[in-house]
Amino acid sequence: MTKTALRSTIAGIALAASAGVALADKASDTLNMAFTKELENVDSYFNSSREGVVMQRAVWDGLIYRDPVTNEYVGNLATSWTWIDDTTLELKLREGVKFHNGEDFNADDVVFTVNFVAKEENGVKTQRNVNWMKSAEKVDDYTVRILLKEKFPAAIEFLSGPVSIYPNEYYAEAGPSGMGLKPVGTGPYKVTSVVPGQHFVLEKNENYFDGPKGQPSIGKIDIRTVPDVNTQIAELFSGTLDMIWQVPADQAEKLASMGDFTVANESTMRVGYLSMDAAGRSSMDPNPFKDVRVRQAVNYAIDRKAMVENLLKGKSVQVDTPCFPSQFGCATDAAVVYEYNPEKAKALLAEAGYPDGFTTEFYAYRDRDYAEAIASYLNAVGIKIDFKMLQYSALRELNMKGEVPLSFMTWGSYSINDASAMVSQFFKHGSLDDARDDQVKADLEVADSSTDPATRKEYYAKAIARITEEAYWAPMFSYNTNYVFKSDVEYTPTADEVLRFTTMKWK
Amino acid sequence: MLQFILKRLGLAILVALTVSFISFSLLFLAGDPAAALAGETASGEDIEAIRVLYGFDRPMLVQYGEWLWSAVRGNFGESYYFKLPVSSLIAERLSVTMMLGVCGITFALLMAVPLGVLAAMRPNSIIDRIALFLSVAGQALPSFWFGLILIVVFAIQLRWLPVSGAATWAHFVMPTIVLGYYAMPAIMRLTRAGMLEVLSSDYIRTARAKGASELRVMFRHALRNAIIPVVSLAAVQMGFMLGGSIVVESIFALHGAGYLAWESIARNDLPTVQALILIFSMFYIVFNFLADVLNAWLDPRMRSS
Repeated sequence: MTKTALRSTIAGIALAASAGVALADKASDTLNMAFTKELENVDSYFNSSREGVVMQRAVWDGLIYRDPVTNEYVGNLATSWTWIDDTTLELKLREGVKFHNGEDFNADDVVFTVNFVAKEENGVKTQRNVNWMKSAEKVDDYTVRILLKEKFPAAIEFLSGPVSIYPNEYYAEAGPSGMGLKPVGTGPYKVTSVVPGQHFVLEKNENYFDGPKGQPSIGKIDIRTVPDVNTQIAELFSGTLDMIWQVPADQAEKLASMGDFTVANESTMRVGYLSMDAAGRSSMDPNPFKDVRVRQAVNYAIDRKAMVENLLKGKSVQVDTPCFPSQFGCATDAAVVYEYNPEKAKALLAEAGYPDGFTTEFYAYRDRDYAEAIASYLNAVGIKIDFKMLQYSALRELNMKGEVPLSFMTWGSYSINDASAMVSQFFKHGSLDDARDDQVKADLEVADSSTDPATRKEYYAKAIARITEEAYWAPMFSYNTNYVFKSDVEYTPTADEVLRFTTMKWK
Repeated sequence: MLQFILKRLGLAILVALTVSFISFSLLFLAGDPAAALAGETASGEDIEAIRVLYGFDRPMLVQYGEWLWSAVRGNFGESYYFKLPVSSLIAERLSVTMMLGVCGITFALLMAVPLGVLAAMRPNSIIDRIALFLSVAGQALPSFWFGLILIVVFAIQLRWLPVSGAATWAHFVMPTIVLGYYAMPAIMRLTRAGMLEVLSSDYIRTARAKGASELRVMFRHALRNAIIPVVSLAAVQMGFMLGGSIVVESIFALHGAGYLAWESIARNDLPTVQALILIFSMFYIVFNFLADVLNAWLDPRMRSS
């Protein structure tokens, strides 16, 4: 809380101080921007951060591309694709594409990339991005077949997301660490300088093919890692940065009021939720969360609308489903909606045998202010909170052991626009499943493996209805992010929290 | 003397080992390294695979022994996070931190010692009051706040200095002031107290009586004795600056060793953290040793003992 107050003070002082207009870098055709986190490796198969996704989309291309606005799939490095059978996808490749090092793109690159990443011992960081593929085969120079381990309807979504194609000759030689230091792709930007974790310089690929990403416009993108958001804002004021993102709501509001900057807000796929130990895995005894009435009471107790309006702001919305509403299969109309009703929550608790409430441990790993707001809502209906803020890895460990009665968690679905990336992650009896409901698991299995969209929709809806009726979770809200840039930069952010340099222009 | 040095050296190695063992165990307590490594998007299977791949499923003592065995042969392994050799990673970051540390302690000493002497020469005078105010303020100002105020004034308003980064010497001006200012109060107060005590001693009266100039009395006779505890303190402060300038490094986006250590802890990047802790503890040990040598040079009585 004090940190927020301090931030406001700093922004206030800076606001008063910076009457002068900052120098723009339009003249040098270089867009300076900042990352907050140190990116571990530019090789997208060996990082798991948002910054990595941003770099991946700029430097490499996937076989398929999903339009971030219409969500339609169009060809990228592939021009067309057909399912030969449930586990064989044949793709025709684009001809005449060259990698940044001059290597020609053809079927050999696809075959090499897929075979390399699909092999578990090669250690791709996020296995589920690639472990649905068994291997790839070359049909001819510009035709390949990707073989799946089993039916996987989200294959097209993954091919348009985390799976990007690497140059076979170069990668065989350079490997992940070489690729991280001197990345080579087909993408709209090529990397000209890498200081690991600190500084990345991208330059426009003049020979970029006419694909769905469009031609890059800005000549040079210079990315520095500046960990402190206040410093980033100071750099913005002094003119040494042109764009920052993931700016906290209170700061963004002040920056917007100054007029020198454009503040754009866009929702992200990240959803916050409370997970309750419905299956009784934790050592809590008696465990009130085994009772559906208690779980419903938790759902009724929290004023999510107020939290969205006052804390998250921007394009965040109240979420009622165990998935992000835009995801395929995320049936919002199937979900039971629990509007804020503390009286009803108290009544349900009394009915469940807790007229005076009870005390529970409550865990969180990020967004302390949101977690504290939730704790005070719960307190108001009689659920007394023993609040514990842990590092992510520590909470994850407890969670996998099933020792967490109640926690505030979030999930970003790796920007995959399919309900399987969220609801199926948590309700199929995995180590993070607090519900362990057989019926939900059975429905999700049908939905995850069917290739018929109508069947998938029907079964996701069934699962979502059951999860929300049983109130296994208390879904909270979606997250948003603020992009702040100089007024001579033109950019429209997309809802998947991926910065696309190709769509940035100077005004 | 040789026996004394060898004894000190043996002790130093024991200290370094103890520190590294404790930090190793604490890191395991702080969270599952496999889960941290796998990242937020990993599934349970991913985490299990990583646990086996990195050998986290083995007993902690075995893992520690293995690390130690490589470390004594100069191999600190590969950073789990960056997938780069820890030694090259640290070498690169350490140069920034060293530069910052040396500038910081020099600034602190240059400001604090003369101020301390002046304050002791005229106790309760206006100079003493100003020095007291500066030291109280230095102790009370959180460095992240002081740093931001400097940025607002010198980088945004006056535009004299760059906000952050490490590209030129100008980038180091503000970090040096913030880091040095934090170390200043203790050094100044200790100088002042030491001087006051020494100035009231008999040999100073003798020096004055034999007609030595005030300057000679102050610097040749008094300061030489009063500075001894300051040297020890400055050594500790220097060690602190090299390992603990996390806040300053973070605000000014200087990618130094302190910030690397801090981030590596959050990332459970065991090889990096272990190597850094070993290096930081070595710093403390080396600086303390140097301080003792310096003190022995300043005070002949210490040489004989």
